[in-house]
Amino acid sequence: MNSSATMTGKRAPTDWHSDDMQRRIRKRYASERRFKALGLAAIILSASFLAFLLVVMVGNGLRGFTQTELPVEIDFPAMTGGASANQFTGPNGAANLQSLGVRDIVNASIEIQYGEEGKELFSGGGWQSVSSQILENPDIVETKTTVYLPAESEIDVAYKGDGSADAEKMVSTLDDKLTTGFNWNFLSNSDATDPMQVGIWGALKGSLITMFITLAIAFPVGVFSALYLEEYAPKNRFTDLIEVSINNLAAVPSIIFGLLGLAVFLNIFGLPRSAALVGGLTLALMTMPVIVISGRNAVKAVPPSIREAALGIGASQMQVVFHHVLPLALPGILTGTIIGMARALGETAPLLMIGMRAFIATPPSGIVEPATVLPVQIFLWSDEVNRGFVEKTSAAIIVLLVFLLTMNALAIYLRNRFETRW
Amino acid sequence: MTELIDSNSSIESPNMTASTAPAISAGDGPLKMTTRNVDVFYGDKQAIKDVSIDVTMDNVTAFIGPSGCGKSTFLRCMNRMNDTIPIARVTGEITLEGEDIYAPDMDVVQLRARVGMVFQKPNPFPKSIYDNIAYGPRIHGLANSKDELDNIVETSLQRAGLWGEVQDRLQDSGTALSGGQQQRLCIARAIAVDPEVILMDEPCSALDPIATAKIEELIHELRGKYAIVIVTHNMQQAARVSQRTAFFHLGTLVEYGVTSEIFTNPTEERTRDYITGRYG
Repeated sequence: MNSSATMTGKRAPTDWHSDDMQRRIRKRYASERRFKALGLAAIILSASFLAFLLVVMVGNGLRGFTQTELPVEIDFPAMTGGASANQFTGPNGAANLQSLGVRDIVNASIEIQYGEEGKELFSGGGWQSVSSQILENPDIVETKTTVYLPAESEIDVAYKGDGSADAEKMVSTLDDKLTTGFNWNFLSNSDATDPMQVGIWGALKGSLITMFITLAIAFPVGVFSALYLEEYAPKNRFTDLIEVSINNLAAVPSIIFGLLGLAVFLNIFGLPRSAALVGGLTLALMTMPVIVISGRNAVKAVPPSIREAALGIGASQMQVVFHHVLPLALPGILTGTIIGMARALGETAPLLMIGMRAFIATPPSGIVEPATVLPVQIFLWSDEVNRGFVEKTSAAIIVLLVFLLTMNALAIYLRNRFETRW
Repeated sequence: MTELIDSNSSIESPNMTASTAPAISAGDGPLKMTTRNVDVFYGDKQAIKDVSIDVTMDNVTAFIGPSGCGKSTFLRCMNRMNDTIPIARVTGEITLEGEDIYAPDMDVVQLRARVGMVFQKPNPFPKSIYDNIAYGPRIHGLANSKDELDNIVETSLQRAGLWGEVQDRLQDSGTALSGGQQQRLCIARAIAVDPEVILMDEPCSALDPIATAKIEELIHELRGKYAIVIVTHNMQQAARVSQRTAFFHLGTLVEYGVTSEIFTNPTEERTRDYITGRYG
């Protein structure tokens, strides 16, 4: 006791400039620099991964939005025997067009210019664009017109510089005639067997409907669950069990939700296979735990003083929740919803289980119509043998990413609008 | 002497200090709230033991005592804010105007409108100044028209001494005000629902001395219009703003009486020790 007192009494003044001290300071600065450099390196690495992904995807994908075209001169007056423009306007226009036999006219014109085998240079559905051109502008049936029709897929791929030797040869003979045009069909068509005729619209519409159903079910159920669990439910063993279950549910692999959807919605409730309704319900099951968890955290983060303030002037529990807690928690809830919905949008596995991998050639017109969604469409196209599908796959990925970014941007905008500072 | 005690003005008269007026006297204006043998438990732990206090209309009642002595807990029993804590249990009797506030048919929502509360930390809603005040009248349907509501907002802010400072910016956020202004906004918000009693839980502990002085001045002005109960750590504050003081220690009510008496001539040893700064 005594000695320690003298020890502290004798303690030498600290030398802040000693070598030891300097070395310690240098070491501290060095470790600080190291940490900063590591952090920076991590950011650069992840940014370059992202840049690489985007460059590759956009590089491949943008070609998917263009098509190689060949000019065909159609001498309408000679071919139709003098049809007049006003036949194709008004209510009977479409019927008259059908009896005109555009397909035969186009095929005959191709034969005249490109010979017997000429038909094989063209993609099968090209005549449909001629039909729509006539409906848009009937005057062309009274003239000699040149239309640009999509070339056959192999030629298309070869012209874009990625084709087989045979196709390359064909391209070199046609080179002066081949042109590139924007592939409007890609944005308005659905799945097809010919890569020149495929489009993303069917899958995009399917995704939109599915996401709408997912949001309409998962958001209210998730938010109300979160509010009830945080604001009303007593804290006991039973609610602890529910909490653990919800946390586990969020970690369950998505394919298991697919099996659940198959077993419950298709087999027990007998809902139609491949329908956006079933897809939306299945994805809602998957998204809900994410919304509940983020919602609970957001509700927990609302300062208790706000609840006390409202209770203190005689607000009922429900008024406290809906006038104060929910508005303040909404930005956080929306953040969780964005994450959950983004995950649902990109989900493929559970939808395969409920039959959304079918070949769907027409866009769905309702929630019980057979539909497919963007990621499943990408998966299906990536599986195709035909080379023309490679760039279509990348193009579909671009559409998916743009859809995702739009959805997130909207949600972030909403979140910032609701954000209140205190 | 009896006459002096009975008249309201007598409370501040110097004669009073020398007198031995009973702590709970009928002469302090109408009786507003009574508490009898109140015990509060948090789970197994007893936080309040057998407390009986009367709150009258014309007096400001101060609760003093060291940290953790239960004064805030007791205050929160008086408008049943403790209901929000699941493990809290209250026994005994607390009445407002003779009605038992813990009776099964007592509507808690209405009780809290009648017994308003101001908290330790200013807690305005993250809404405009106007909406902060108008919220209470709106949910209780106290105003039938926009004009009436405007009127309530204006009088409440005027009573809280905030009108002059905010009348040009009623649509600004309540959270943009200074700490002292926020606390006066909270008082105005409590006044807006026309309460009978205002409970203040250390309303000045987060404020600077100037803002504190303004709140104290405000308490003086509000006295008589509302029965006011204030919990404070600051003994000078209790001496300045209150006419009745209750000293709590370890969950029990040690002494309750006329403020000037408590501060100059306490009957209990423990009160004397606390007031002279021996502990606390």
